[in-house]
Amino acid sequence: MSASGLFIIFVSALLVNNFVLSRFLGICPFLGVSKQVETAAGMGMAVTFVMTLASIITYLVQIFILDTMGLGYLQTIAFILVIAALVQFVEMVIQKTSPTLYQALGVYLPLITTNCAVLGVALLNIQSEFNLIETIVNAIGASLGFSLAIILFAGIRERLEIADVPAVFKGFPIALITASLMSIAFLGFTGLV
Amino acid sequence: MKIGNTFLRGILYDNPIFIQLLGMCPTLAVTTSAVNGVGMGLATTAVLLGSNVVIAMIKKFIPAKIRIPAYVVVIATFVTVIGLLMKAFVPALDKALGLFIPLIVVNCIILARAEAFASKNSVLLSAVDGIGMGLGFTISLTILGSVREILGAGSIFGKAIFGASYQPALIMILPPGAFLALGCLLALYNWTVSKKANQF
Repeated sequence: MSASGLFIIFVSALLVNNFVLSRFLGICPFLGVSKQVETAAGMGMAVTFVMTLASIITYLVQIFILDTMGLGYLQTIAFILVIAALVQFVEMVIQKTSPTLYQALGVYLPLITTNCAVLGVALLNIQSEFNLIETIVNAIGASLGFSLAIILFAGIRERLEIADVPAVFKGFPIALITASLMSIAFLGFTGLV
Repeated sequence: MKIGNTFLRGILYDNPIFIQLLGMCPTLAVTTSAVNGVGMGLATTAVLLGSNVVIAMIKKFIPAKIRIPAYVVVIATFVTVIGLLMKAFVPALDKALGLFIPLIVVNCIILARAEAFASKNSVLLSAVDGIGMGLGFTISLTILGSVREILGAGSIFGKAIFGASYQPALIMILPPGAFLALGCLLALYNWTVSKKANQF
């Protein structure tokens, strides 16, 4: 695979098919933990870390276990178990090795198991028939795209807190409309690759 | 009547989308048309019913510490079954929903009902709760899908309703339209509720 091919995969996952704003994966944390830029950045970091690891492991599981044994129909169950176990494992390792990092990421880690972006990217990697390197590049692009979207969104929501919004639009409705405007902006990247 | 209350709670008072705001990913992603909304809603209802019943049955055997992974395995099993059934009997719908069928596993509604309801209540009540919540989800998805299809394609359930002179607002069936439509529907819901509250 040439370097330009990898770059296209990266940009496509990061901007053109942004996971949150055009594929609608990971909406729950996007709406849930985006009230402050700091927590949004923490969530973004945790997702980047888990998503990249999970992509590599699910890829290996698919190639060496599911494909060789003809168990393709167990994909969903196998992947979600791998992700759940991985998140638990990462949490324990970080807790033991780096208390500072644990304090920064700790609260977000359990939430990631039910972040559909992680399972989504794992399934997409297999569907697009990527090799291992393409899988890693795609996962990093997708998770950075997620971080980008959630940090931008948190920045806007901090301003919205003090804005004069009609009463019925307060809270979630205005947040959704903000997301809609961001999504229109990201539509501008269509045709980039 | 406890059963009736449980049933209505899912559809009205605790509607998973308009009140609890759970399960947003499939809600926004698949509602490009009313048919997709109904299909996704019914698939989720089937999984919800199955997982609620099984979890209510085995709740006594699951140690508290590993309950979440255990629930996830039960849910993933039902998702796989439904996914295979849909592939066999409604291939067109399966294709339209694509990635979001396996992603029912991580739909927060299902795990939330397992944790909050099925792990504490009887099998019968859990089944009723599953159907109620599932139908509430289906109805919300159908409303959102219909609004987007009418505005974005000028049709409903695939039938044109405005005639040829109507210029569809394509943006409504593109990703931004999903956020926009749900935001406006939520605001409309809040407005109706606040108007009712003012009357009393």
